[in-house]
Amino acid sequence: MTNLDKFDTVFADVFEVEKSELGSGFSIDNVDNWDSVTQLSLVSDLEDEFDIMLDSEDILEFKSYEAGKAILTKYDINFDE
Amino acid sequence: MNSTMLENKVCLITGCSKGIGKAILEVFSAQNAIIYANARKEGDLDEVLENVKDTKAEIIPVYFDITNFAEVKSCMLQIKKTHKKLDVLVNNAGMVSYEMLGMINFDKFREMLEVNLVAPIYLMQMASKLMQRQSSGSIINISSKVAVEGVKGQMSYSATKGGLNSATLSAAKELSPNNIRVNAIAPGMIGSKRLKTIMEDKFEHKLNDIGFGRLGTPEEVAKACLFLASDLSSYLTGQIIEVDGDLKL
Repeated sequence: MTNLDKFDTVFADVFEVEKSELGSGFSIDNVDNWDSVTQLSLVSDLEDEFDIMLDSEDILEFKSYEAGKAILTKYDINFDE
Repeated sequence: MNSTMLENKVCLITGCSKGIGKAILEVFSAQNAIIYANARKEGDLDEVLENVKDTKAEIIPVYFDITNFAEVKSCMLQIKKTHKKLDVLVNNAGMVSYEMLGMINFDKFREMLEVNLVAPIYLMQMASKLMQRQSSGSIINISSKVAVEGVKGQMSYSATKGGLNSATLSAAKELSPNNIRVNAIAPGMIGSKRLKTIMEDKFEHKLNDIGFGRLGTPEEVAKACLFLASDLSSYLTGQIIEVDGDLKL
């Protein structure tokens, strides 16, 4: 499974959506159940999946699918494999 | 006091090289805990590790400066990868100063704020991430009696520990839904080497202010810590426990 597959699986599980719904428009502004609880759950699951711990600043900035990918890249998670 | 009150419990204790931290490490070791023992420099733990080598505890020395967030995070990741959980965090490492208001060294005060308040809050944040996954945990902050009542000549120190008390109370409320307990211990005058040295010079008469008529020992503080770390205190959170032998400041 690629890192992108893992990333998408966590997103799909947390927000209970199909992977096909994920993309650049998937953000806190237009996903109904994206609140602080789901955000912490999302972060927690991604931390477990990739064996990392996000800094507070990054958690605060994690407001969209694309932002999440950019943040994880800072932790040496490569999505271009 | 060999027992199993902390058997299989993964504990992180900061500032284990001397004084109260050293005593906490020794008392927890006697209870067969798995202990990540922190000190700033390699070699600082040699003496205490020798003291506990015959216990059944598993001790993992972790050397880092608690104000270095990258190093704190690295330790938390090590705990997560190795043991998959953290049951107890003891925020013990700290600095102390004795200065009247007019003599406060503000560079030292800022450093003390980092060590006594900012770093423990970061450690609580990191520890609670692990504890939330397992829906359990105990965080113990080592505060001070002077933070509860105030004292002449320690305004800056008491302010940092007062902040830690407030952080304890707020964290207890925030983390109780996750079954994570957060408490503080506020020691009175404890006979660490450092205090004994200062007392000989300045504070001998202060013994008269202690109801028990003697200094406390680091072990007596460590035993209160053991109570908070163990399941004996399973319904106790948001408390500042004064271990002071009836000290009047």
